[in-house]
Amino acid sequence: MSFLDIRGLSVRLKKGPALLRRVSLQVQAAEVRGLVGESGAGKSMIGKAVLGILPPSVEVSEGEIFLDGVDLLRMAPSERRRKIGAVAALIPQDPLTALNPSHRIGPQITDRLVDILGWTRARAEARALELLAEVQIPDPARVMRSYPHELSGGMRQRILIASAFAAEPKLIVADEPTTALDVTVQKQILRLIAGMQARHGTALLFVTHDLGVVSKVCQKLSVLYSGLVVEDTSVAEFFTAPRHPYSAALLAATPKYTDPLAGLNPVPDAVIDAVRAEVAAFDRMRHG
Amino acid sequence: MRVLQAILVRLFTTAVTLAGVAVVVFVVIRVVPGNPIAMMLPPGATEEDVARLTALYGLDKGLWAQFGIWVAGVVQGDFGTSITTKAPVLELVLGRLPATLELSIMALVMAVVLGGAAALVGTRWRGGRVEASVDVANGMALSVPDFLWGLVLILLFGVLVPVFHISGRVTPSLDLPFTTGFYLFESLFRLRFDLWADLVAHMFMPALALAIPLAAIIGQLLKQSLKETMNLDYVTLARTKGYGEFRVILREALRNAALPTLTLVGVQFTFLIGGTVIIERLFSYEGLGNMAIDAVINRDLPLIQGIVVLFAVIFTAVNLVVDLLYAVLNPRLRHG
Amino acid sequence: MVDGRSLTRRRAGARLWLSLTWLGLLCLAALFAPWVAPKDPLAQDLFLGRLPPFWVTGAEPGYYLGTDSLGRDVLSRIIHGGRVALMVALIAGVATCLLGATLGLLAGFLRGWVDMLVSRFIDIWMAFPPVLFSILLIAVMGPGLWSIILAIVVIDWTRFARVIRAEAMAQGAMDYVASARVAGRGRLGTMVREILPNVLPTVVVLLTLEMGIAVIVEAILSFVNLSISTDDPTWGGMIAEGRTSIHQAWWVLVFPLITLFLTVLAFSQLGEGLKDRFDPVLR
Repeated sequence: MSFLDIRGLSVRLKKGPALLRRVSLQVQAAEVRGLVGESGAGKSMIGKAVLGILPPSVEVSEGEIFLDGVDLLRMAPSERRRKIGAVAALIPQDPLTALNPSHRIGPQITDRLVDILGWTRARAEARALELLAEVQIPDPARVMRSYPHELSGGMRQRILIASAFAAEPKLIVADEPTTALDVTVQKQILRLIAGMQARHGTALLFVTHDLGVVSKVCQKLSVLYSGLVVEDTSVAEFFTAPRHPYSAALLAATPKYTDPLAGLNPVPDAVIDAVRAEVAAFDRMRHG
Repeated sequence: MRVLQAILVRLFTTAVTLAGVAVVVFVVIRVVPGNPIAMMLPPGATEEDVARLTALYGLDKGLWAQFGIWVAGVVQGDFGTSITTKAPVLELVLGRLPATLELSIMALVMAVVLGGAAALVGTRWRGGRVEASVDVANGMALSVPDFLWGLVLILLFGVLVPVFHISGRVTPSLDLPFTTGFYLFESLFRLRFDLWADLVAHMFMPALALAIPLAAIIGQLLKQSLKETMNLDYVTLARTKGYGEFRVILREALRNAALPTLTLVGVQFTFLIGGTVIIERLFSYEGLGNMAIDAVINRDLPLIQGIVVLFAVIFTAVNLVVDLLYAVLNPRLRHG
Repeated sequence: MVDGRSLTRRRAGARLWLSLTWLGLLCLAALFAPWVAPKDPLAQDLFLGRLPPFWVTGAEPGYYLGTDSLGRDVLSRIIHGGRVALMVALIAGVATCLLGATLGLLAGFLRGWVDMLVSRFIDIWMAFPPVLFSILLIAVMGPGLWSIILAIVVIDWTRFARVIRAEAMAQGAMDYVASARVAGRGRLGTMVREILPNVLPTVVVLLTLEMGIAVIVEAILSFVNLSISTDDPTWGGMIAEGRTSIHQAWWVLVFPLITLFLTVLAFSQLGEGLKDRFDPVLR
């Protein structure tokens, strides 16, 4: 069984429209799966559902999420949180808001190790220092004693990556981890995440709208449109022979690194109409 | 450097405010129609008495000279002499100050505990019936002032279920070994828990009456900013680490949410201290406020002046402390 | 979300109407007190002292809420006491509002030295305990209805001035004010025509709240025996008397207290209800 196995997951606004439409996807141990789609396609919602942090205005209407063999949605909330905290972690999008301004860096990395996993404080601190060094932060001991506002955005994102890997989780959800950063820093952070993933053998669910990123980091890929998975494929196949017309159009719309002057091809209206019709047909089938 | 400058500015405005208070008190008492000396004396006093008193209080001099004499005295710690008891005002006032301070602090603690609990419970079970109930209770508590809560408490816990004392500060027949005015602290220090319990049984209702409106304000404000904080990214991140909702609120949200509440609580705490005047009267609690009302009824003007100035000093001091506390608790200000 | 909001609105509407009903009844009772009150509020009868309310054994017919230690009818005294309370609420509330709102408006819109002066005064006023300040003023001026009203105005104007100053400042920074000025309107004209209508809802809400506060201040001053002449019934005076005989005749305290409680609650709920009505975000 896959480490993460999502089966027929539907999520919607309470008494509102659907946000995810029977999404199914698997992530094997040590595998990297990309989730792509335009904003509002529901790719972040999948990561949030897996980590149990869906906003209160949203509810799961059907489906199962198996994490490490147990169905998260059948567990009591407190039990679910402990399970998620023990085996999964999040690399958040915006490093500037994801660290608590009133706590020092050290405790924000070690808290899970001590409180949830029951490590001793000394062991947790040694581990944190080790990881800070691994994400190439100079003078880790000083950084541990710093407050977030004393550090740059790139530094903070490194810290959040270190913190995500600290407990050796089996799965990490990276929610557009480079979008909020400077272009110059983006590449370094991406390389860092890829390297850490390979070294630690962690499964990664990588949410992004950037196909360039996908080609560098991911092995598998799910393409979403309006909460519907329109293509579930391997990255190699996707870039050579996309099956769904929307995927093909998306690929054509992405500037090539090899030929940046080739110009952008916006997704044609006909393709958008077709994929919208697909979503409508899905909804009709569900309700009618 | 910036912090030091801010503190200096703050101290300067405080000094200006206190000077203003001195002027206003002085003006209210001397310039408003009515002869203060006539008020001080019992009916049937002779012309001679009036002249003697007038000279004694320097009232035969010009208004500015009088003000000068009074301020010069105050600066040296001489607030004059009480007319009714003939004792130095400063001595009387400082004798009652501990009782009022203990009552105010007790009330503040109650308000923080009650208001904090309401905010935490309302945040933990937000969006449902529990939060709605907390809101209704807060609204009620806020609409009705301490004076009325005091009366309601007297009926509830003094008459209906008589568990607390409705008047006084301590049972006078008890053996009182106190050397300071801080009975509540000293009884703990001397390990006299019987006395401590007796003091609390006297203090409970007046303190609670003072605390209820402030608790409602704390509850409302803190809940609001907690709810806002609970949507922030670092709180979401903490949830993924495996913490329960209550621990997330306490560990991640509370400290940051408490900062905006703190400044408002400072102003509100001065209102609470102002409320001790009537609450002490209501519960016959022997503090400054009760003494102030007696002083007014007995037309003891030097004593009134002294008490009002002392209250003003306490108010401005509280505001100052809150500002400093805010600076200490906010890491961005501390290192910025 | 939609449901919650309409529920909140319905609740807000309900409390608005409940408050208005209670205050309306109170006004009518106070206005027609001599005809409404079953007894003469001042008539003493020592043989009928401390009669309990009608449902308790030992009650005397006609004395619905019992009598105090001097045999005076509690219900009639509450009704007559309402006259003083509401008069103080109305006159003191409006006068405080006029003074405070004017100063706040001038300070917030004109800024400069006017603002400095008003703000300094507000700071100084905030350093006084209000209850002590009012008692002090009454002591100096002598008891009486007008002293109470004057004391409330002198002390509470800052409540209006602080809020209106901030609002006027916020409004003054908006574009429509600048365009009115560009269109050739004078400073005072701009203030009265452009700013005033926009801060008026806040003024009305504050006025309602202030009326509730005035009722309480009057009660507190009567409680410490500094209100109007001691003969006339006041709620605070009744409460003071009830407080001393609480173990013998609870009703002397309870009924005026309930009346005062509901009145203060009604004024503040009315204010809160109006605030919600005026607030475009909640609407």
